[in-house]
Parts: sequence; C-alpha cells; structure tokens
Amino acid sequence: MSGMTMSQKILASHAGLEKVTAGQLIEANLDLVLGNDITSPVAIAELKKFTKEGVFDKDKIALVPDHFVPNKDIKSAENCKCVREFAIRNNITNYFEVGKMGIEHALLPEQGLTVAGDLIIGADSHTCTYGALGAFSTGIGSTDMAAGMATGKAWFKVPSAIKFNVIGKPSKWVSGKDVILHIIGMIGVDGALYKSMEFVGEGIKNLSMDDRFTIANMAIEAGGKNGIFPVDDLAIAYMKEHAPNRKFVVYEADEDAEYDAEYTIDLSALTPTVAFPHLPENTHTFDDIDEIKIDQVVIGSCTNGRIDDLRIAAEVLTDHHVADGIRCIVIPATQKIYLQAMEEGLIKTFIEAGAIVSTPTCGPCLGGYMGVLASKERCVSTTNRNFVGRMGAIDSEIYLASPAVAAASAVTGKLSQPSELGL
Amino acid sequence: MKSAKGTVFRYGDNVDTDVIIPARYLNSTDAKELAKHCMEDIDKEFVSKVKEGDIIVADKNFGCGSSREHAPIAIKAAGVSCVIAKSFARIFYRNSINIGLPIIECEEAAEAIKAGDTVSIDFDSGVITDETTGKSFQGQAFPPFMQKIIDSEGLINYINAQ
Repeated sequence: MSGMTMSQKILASHAGLEKVTAGQLIEANLDLVLGNDITSPVAIAELKKFTKEGVFDKDKIALVPDHFVPNKDIKSAENCKCVREFAIRNNITNYFEVGKMGIEHALLPEQGLTVAGDLIIGADSHTCTYGALGAFSTGIGSTDMAAGMATGKAWFKVPSAIKFNVIGKPSKWVSGKDVILHIIGMIGVDGALYKSMEFVGEGIKNLSMDDRFTIANMAIEAGGKNGIFPVDDLAIAYMKEHAPNRKFVVYEADEDAEYDAEYTIDLSALTPTVAFPHLPENTHTFDDIDEIKIDQVVIGSCTNGRIDDLRIAAEVLTDHHVADGIRCIVIPATQKIYLQAMEEGLIKTFIEAGAIVSTPTCGPCLGGYMGVLASKERCVSTTNRNFVGRMGAIDSEIYLASPAVAAASAVTGKLSQPSELGL
Repeated sequence: MKSAKGTVFRYGDNVDTDVIIPARYLNSTDAKELAKHCMEDIDKEFVSKVKEGDIIVADKNFGCGSSREHAPIAIKAAGVSCVIAKSFARIFYRNSINIGLPIIECEEAAEAIKAGDTVSIDFDSGVITDETTGKSFQGQAFPPFMQKIIDSEGLINYINAQ
C-alpha cells in the first residue's frame, strides 16, 4: 500500500486515523472555522436550526467582516451588524472590527491563527491560502461553516494530489503571482479539481512567505481543494514571529506517496505572466502581448495585498507617475501592513505617484465598491478572478497580474512589464 | 424529492458563481431576492423564462469560483429542480448537497441534451431521460454518506437527526 501525501496526513491525524486513502469519506476535527461579512450571515441563520445552540469553541472561530466594509450600503451594514451581534452574543474571541480587521487571508496568518498542521475550513474560497504555512485549509460554504461552528467537525472526501517540483530562482520582477498564473495556464481552471496541489523542491527556498501565500491562495483557481507547502526554516520563522504561543506540527509526505500527476516548475524560466479575460487559465507572457490600453489598476486583495507586494509596487512607482486618465488604487490587506507601508515610506511613494490608498477591503476584487468598472473599461488587477462582470459591468475586462506588472501598467497606461520603464 | 421533470436551460464550461449570482447582490441573504438575479450576467432572460421544476444542463466545472452558498440558493429559489453537468467545482458541489439542491454529474447527458428539451430525472436510480429525444443516461450515484445528507434534506437536518 502506498504512503500518504502531506495533505492526507493532516486529514488522517484530525480524523483520529492512522491511514487515509484518496476518495475515503472522513469526519475530522477542526482547528479553526472562518467566515466573512458575506458568508457568515447565511451561516448564522443556519446555525439557528440546530437543536443544540451555541458554538463548539469560542476561540476557534474567526469572524472577519472584510468584503463590504467599511459598510458600503445599508444592506451591507445590516449584514455586518448581524455578524457583530453574533460575535458578541457568543463571546467570539477572534472577531475583527473595522480598525482591527484586514482581508481575512492576510489577517489570520499575521494574527497567528493559522499554523502548520492545522485543519482549517473557511466560508471563503481563498481559505486555501494557509497551506503556505503547511496547514490543510480549504474553502467551504455557509452551511458547512454553521455545522463547523456548532460541532467543531466537518466531513471531507480525502483528496488525491498533484505534485509540483519547484526548482531554480526567479528573476527580479517574477513573483508568486507569476508562478501560480503560469501553473493555472498550464493545467487549466479545473486542472486540480477536487485535488491537493502539493509544492515541493529546492526552489521553494527562493520564494518568500508572501510569494507562497499568493501561490496557495490561487489553488482554488485551478479547482484545487487545497495548496500546501513544506514547513521550512522560513515558515518556522514566520510562525515564531506571528504565533509564538501556538504549537505547530510539521507533516511531510511519505516518500512512496502517490500523485495523480507531477510537474516541474523552473522558476528561472518564468517571465511576468498575465491572465487575460475571462478566465485565470487564459495566460500570456509579454512576448505575445500586443498593446492593450487600460483604464484602472488595482494593487491589493487576499492574493497580493501583503507588504512584499506593496514594496514591489512602490519600487516600480518610485520616480514615476501614474499615466493621465488612469486610476491606480492601492489597498494594503491589513492595518498592520498599512502601518508598515507607511513607516517604510511606501504610502508616500504611492500618493506622490498619483495612486490612491484605501483602508483594507476586498471591495473592488468582487465588484463590490472602491473601484467598480464601467462598461468596456479595462483593469490590470493583482486580484484572483477575471470572470465576466467580476469587477463591474459585464463587458468590462480584467487582466490578472503581479504587483510589478500592475504598477508598470499604471505608469504607461497600457499592459506593461517593469522592463518597459527601464527597470 | 424522488424525481424531477422540466425544460432545459443549457450552458457551457466554467459557469462561475459570479455569473450565477453577481457579487453586487451579495449584500442580501434573502433567497427570493437572490433568485431575481440568478444567471443575470450570462443569460439575462433566464429569470423571466424559468419555471418551477426546470433543469440546468452545463459542461465542465459548473459553479467554479467563490464559496458563496448564495449561488445554489439562488438557483434553487429560482425554481430549478436539478443541475446536470459534466463536472462541478468542489465547493459548489458541497454547498448544493448541504442545502438540498439536487445535482448530478453525467458527461453523456451533458453532451447530448439540448436547450429546450424536456428532461426527467429519477433520483433513486440516477437515470436521466431526455423525453424530447427519448435517450436515457445513467448519472453518477452519490456515495451513501452524501445520499443520507440529501435524504435528510440538508446537512443541518442530518446532524440534528444523529
């Protein structure tokens, strides 16, 4: 009998089983249940249908209003009020009000709520982000969130896995976003459907934690159940800094674990990569991109709103100016990142370059507010989805790219890479 | 629900949750309100044409994207009795079972069934019949555990019953 993947080992341990195999249905104990202002109100309504009231553990639930906050309209305000009152009623430890909040998938690792070996579900598809730290984390819906909050358990079909052997070192303007867009372009938006995406290899040491968060974050865009990285010195240093009081458990795949497919990703061979409308798999590199004029740039989101992302964008924008007629919107993903960006002078760089800086919100990524697109407008965005109508009008267009490409595009007013600015 | 019968609305690959229910309507959790905007960005006529019991047939990766349970809720509240697809995105699949929206994976049915056909489904056997063409297809059966959730009409009822 073959061994287990890293993901399977975490699932087995949380189900109290020595061994699980792909396809097996299990019930497992959860370390954290997450919800936001869109998904939690539906879960809170479902929770009321349980015969037993209350939550399984007030310390193991995280409620992060982040999508439409600060409240964008009355209905959003009512949803946030529902979440706030639920948090107070149940004495939820990890409720993050405006002023403390950030975009959930940047916030929770920063707050030390996600560590290696954890089993995490979240009513948000990008919950897979925490795999960067060696946790098994996956997105679910509101009913699963309700059941998770009530019982501390969830059912899982044990996934098989695809292995990505990462080698080499990326060049200056290539970052985690280019890596994951390249992979999605290669395997397609359902290329990892129901499967784990397990990243291994000597090249991982050349990826920052923020690169890894970006890569794990977009596993869902390939249909993946989760994305997961090995726990190396960099990941351990991150957890010691952010979660000094949490014990973490390091799992490694067995040497004889079986994979449905294996790919080698040579970081040194990658170049800035852009996903054209209307699917993340529709990727292009600049050798086959003609002039594409744009109207707006968004730099932020759970995918690319971290400090590394802002540093890269600021480096490109230093001594440059946003082109006339272009709106460049920068959104630090958490309050802490915002403050750090301020202390490092990045915010000054953005404002002097003619960009605007918003408080943390998912806002424009899902066409909520703070950068909704009009008919036929084009946006270069560091977000994660470029579906029809995702950021506004159904005939608007989204080009998904790295912070470096987004910033360079803001300067030229067309889809561009930093080398076009002599960088 | 043991069976369903209705007229088919036909869609292609990768129907995402943003077109099933655009995020601009996610400030509401009301099923009837969500149903008014179901499929709006991919098929403006869907809401005015759909009748109670009608069926959606699509190609691969139906429901990809966001975890919003509002998507299957909107489809169910619009009156749709079943979604048949070549494959489903995993969160949508899970959410549909959890809220009691019948969904069936069947590549052959998705290949053959055309928009406007009348289709009936027997949920016990998983047999899909295109009454317009007379062709039948065997849909993939649910594992017993999921069938129990479906029989309980959703995850919460299933947990409560245990």
